Amino acid sequence: MDNIQQIIATHAGREGPLLPILHDVQAEFGHISEEAIRTIAAALNLSRADVHGVVSFYHDFHEAVEPRAVLKLCRAEACQARGVEALAAGLVDNPRVKVEAIYCLGLCSVGPNAMVGDKVHARLDAAKLGALVEQLA
Amino acid sequence: MKVVRISDDALALACGADDVAAAFEAAGCTVERVSSWGMHWLEPLAEIDGKGFGPLAAGDVAAVLSGTSAKAIGAIEDHPFIARQQRFTFARAGKTRPLSLEDYAAHGGWQGLAKAREIGGAATIAQVTESGLRGRGGAGFPAGIKWNTVAGAVADQKYIVCNADEGDSATFADRMVMEGDPFMLIEGMAIAALAVGALHGYVYIRSEYPHAIAKMEAAVRASAHLVAPFVLEVRVGAGAYVCGEETSLLNSLEGKRGEVRAKPPLPALEGLFGKPTVVNNVLTLAAVPWIMANGAAAYAAVGFGRSKGTMPIQIAGNVKHGGLFEVGFGVTLGELVMTVGGGTASGRPVRAVQVGGPLGAYHPPADFHLPFDYEAFAEAEGLIGHAGITVFDDSADMSAQARFAMNFCAVESCGKCTPCRIGSTRGVELIDRIRARSGRSADKVEALLQMHNARKAERSLGDEIALLEDLCETMKFGSLCALGGFTPYPVLSALRHWPEDFGAPAEREAAV
Repeated sequence: MDNIQQIIATHAGREGPLLPILHDVQAEFGHISEEAIRTIAAALNLSRADVHGVVSFYHDFHEAVEPRAVLKLCRAEACQARGVEALAAGLVDNPRVKVEAIYCLGLCSVGPNAMVGDKVHARLDAAKLGALVEQLA
Repeated sequence: MKVVRISDDALALACGADDVAAAFEAAGCTVERVSSWGMHWLEPLAEIDGKGFGPLAAGDVAAVLSGTSAKAIGAIEDHPFIARQQRFTFARAGKTRPLSLEDYAAHGGWQGLAKAREIGGAATIAQVTESGLRGRGGAGFPAGIKWNTVAGAVADQKYIVCNADEGDSATFADRMVMEGDPFMLIEGMAIAALAVGALHGYVYIRSEYPHAIAKMEAAVRASAHLVAPFVLEVRVGAGAYVCGEETSLLNSLEGKRGEVRAKPPLPALEGLFGKPTVVNNVLTLAAVPWIMANGAAAYAAVGFGRSKGTMPIQIAGNVKHGGLFEVGFGVTLGELVMTVGGGTASGRPVRAVQVGGPLGAYHPPADFHLPFDYEAFAEAEGLIGHAGITVFDDSADMSAQARFAMNFCAVESCGKCTPCRIGSTRGVELIDRIRARSGRSADKVEALLQMHNARKAERSLGDEIALLEDLCETMKFGSLCALGGFTPYPVLSALRHWPEDFGAPAEREAAV
C-alpha cells in the first residue's frame, strides 16, 4: 500500500483532497479497493462509510477492476438525434470490449460520438464503430 | 513557407484534425494549432491566408495546396455563419493559439483585468451589474447582484468557483472556451476575485473533458504570475451530472458525495467550506473581461428585454450546420434552426427542437417565432438553460424522449430529495405502461383490505396520463434542485405537443 500512501501524501495540504486522491487511485490501480478505502479513511480522518459513500456516488470510481477494454458511447439527446440508438442496437457483442453509456462528450454537432481512454471519435457510423470495437478487442 | 491554421480542440481532433495537420506538415507547410471557429460541420477546417477549407481529410491536402480543392469555402470571416454573429466572448475563436500568452495579449487579453485593477472592486461590480450580465448556467441570475452579496459578506476567506461541469447534451460552449481561450476564463475569474476580495479560486471541470482539463491546467500554470495574488486550481469531477448544480458542486469540491444542499443559506454567504463563494458558469465569467474592457454600456446595448448582451448558442443534434453561434438575445428559434442551422442534416422535416439540454422543453416548429430570451422561453413553458439546441427530425419518437428524460433523472439523481429520487423511477414505469398501453390494475398489496386509500379499479390510458401530469407537478414544485424540478419540462412538453405519441388522440380523448 506504499503507492496509496504516496498518492495521499501528494495531496496533503490541499483543501478537500478526497476526490483528487480517489482519481489518482482509480487511475493507478484501475479500481478503489476496500483496502484503499481503509487507508484513505485513516489518513484523512474520515470514517470508512464516508469514503465508501463518496466512491459509490460517482460513476468514475469503481470498486472492482474492469477486465475488458472500455468504449464509452454517448447516448445523450444530441447523439440520439443523430442516430446513436440504431448504432447501439446494431453493435455486435464482443466479450472483450465493454460498451458503456456516457452522457455527453460535448461534441454534439458531429455525433454519434465515443471516447476510448482520452481519445474522442466523432461522426461514427456502423462501420467506424465496429472498427473501433475490433481495435480494442 | 505556407502557414496553415488548424484547430486542436477536442471536436476537431475527434474529426481527424491531427491526420490533416500531419499531412500539411509532410507537404512542407507550417501548421499552427489554433482554437476552433465553431463551424463544426466543416471540421477539420484549415485556414490558409484567411481562406478556409473543410471538412478535410488527409487525402484532400494536395488539392488544397494546388488550389483545386472543391472544399474551399472562401474567406472564413465572410462566411455567413460567422458574418451573422456578434462575437464578444468568442471574439478570438479561430484566431489565437489557445495556450499562447503572446496571442492572448495581442488580441485584447488582460485589458479587462487591468481596468478592474485600475477602478477597484466596487466599481468593477457596478460595471458588471450595469452590463445586465445574467448567469449563463441556466438560472439567469444577475451576476452583479451575486458578486455584491459576496463582496458584502464578512469572512476571513472567500472563494471564486467556476462551474465547468457542462453536462447538458447539446452544450459545448464551456468546453470551447476552456480549450480555445483558457486565459479569458482565468482573466474573468481574476476580475471576480478582485471584485469580491477572494484569493482562491477553483475551476471544477467534468471528467468527460480530458482536453479541456489539460488546457486549463497548462493555462493556469502559465498565467499564475499574471493573476497573483489570486491562486487558481483545476479540480476534476467524477462523472456525476448533478454536480453541475452549484451546491452539489460545492459538496463535490469539498470531497463529499455530490448531494444537493438546501438553500438558504445561499452559497454567496455560506458556500465552499462554509465561506462566501461566487459560483458562476464558465460563460458568465468569460463574458466579464469583454465587459470590463469595452464598458458595461456597450454590452447592455445588445440584447432583448431583460436579457442583455450576447449568448453563445450551441446548435446541435440532427442539423446541417451545427456549431457555436454567438449572437445578441432576441434571435428567433426558427432563425437558429432553419436559417443558421440549415434545417436537419438528414433532410427530413424538423419535428422537435429541445432547448436547454436534458432538462429543457421540446418545442415544435410552431414555436419557431420565439425570441431567444429567458422570459420569452419561460412564458412558453420552456427554458433556454445553457443555450444548447438539439434538433430532431420526424423520425423522433417523443414518448421515447420523455422516457429518456425521466430515466436520465433516475440515473443521475443525487438521492437527497424524494420527488426526484423516487418520482423519476415511477415516471419511467408510468411512461413504459403508457407506451405499452398496458394499463394497470391494483397489485397484491394494493388489493389488500387494509390498503383503504389504494386504488382498486383498473387505470385507463387517460388515468395514467393524468397521473404522469400529477407526478410531474410534484417533481417540479417539490424537488430541491433543477434536476428533479426541470425534468418535467421535457416530459410535459412532449406530452403536450405530441399527444399522438402517447396513445392515439381519439383513444386519449375518449379516456379523458
